[in-house]
Amino acid sequence: MRATVLVRPKGGILDPQGQAVERSLRQLGFPVGDARVGRVIDLEVEAASTDEARAHVERMCERLLANPLIESYEIELEERSG
Amino acid sequence: MTERRPRIGVLVFPGSNDDGDAAWALSALGAEPLLLWHARAELPGVEAVVLPGGFSYGDYLRAGAIARFAPAMEAVADFARAGGLVLGICNGFQILCEAGLLPGALLPNASLSFVCRDVPLVVERADTPFTTRCEPGQTLVIPVKHGDGCYQRPPELPAGQVVLRYAPGANPNGSDGDIAGVTNADGNVLGLMPHPEHAVDTLLGSGDGGLILASFVDSAREHSYAHA
Repeated sequence: MRATVLVRPKGGILDPQGQAVERSLRQLGFPVGDARVGRVIDLEVEAASTDEARAHVERMCERLLANPLIESYEIELEERSG
Repeated sequence: MTERRPRIGVLVFPGSNDDGDAAWALSALGAEPLLLWHARAELPGVEAVVLPGGFSYGDYLRAGAIARFAPAMEAVADFARAGGLVLGICNGFQILCEAGLLPGALLPNASLSFVCRDVPLVVERADTPFTTRCEPGQTLVIPVKHGDGCYQRPPELPAGQVVLRYAPGANPNGSDGDIAGVTNADGNVLGLMPHPEHAVDTLLGSGDGGLILASFVDSAREHSYAHA
């Protein structure tokens, strides 16, 4: 099972990287606002079902991949083809 | 009469780089420091513990996020829960926050730049085991050197847990409420971004860090739960 974890800075948490990216895009002439920079973690997860894989990855997010005080996370799962 | 030298463990993680300075400063201030490799699962008869500065595990994922799972950290958590004195400096502060032994989290500096300079700090609490040699409201000059020092407090943090703040206008990293150092609710665990171990001799700029470390050594010597 292929899992993708998206980790984002929570709303209201200072995100200087997002601010720097936004300033830079504006300097390049792009009409953007509210840029936020997070992290993507791709994983292969051994699991018998999507539910089991999701439970594993939830646990990984809670223990290590995200810090719940400052970050939110989203999990996407995809059955591996072939 | 010579005072007893309390045994203070200094944890060493892969990527720690201030363990040697911390041990040197503690020894100069009357303690018997003991360097402890992170992979050992027990703290051998120590009366206090220091988590030193550095870049454990290259700060990968988040600063301190991986080091918090080191075997020694379980022993540190048990020691802290039993009332043992724990001091986390810079990366040590980040590790203690990630481990849930201190409230809050440390984010990249608001400037996105690494900062390395002396900063003035105001002592908010002089009645903690880490600040008994300080006066309330005293200004201490102690260097910072970090890229991830922007402290984010949890919404419910009581003001009484803030022990040190950056002096007005001197916040080097965008830290919430100018917070430079914070304790747990019980007051026996302190984390701070500035490096007291780099400020123990006026010949090298400032001796103010010595006030914090000497307070800590005094408290380690006096505490009765030694060898927990």
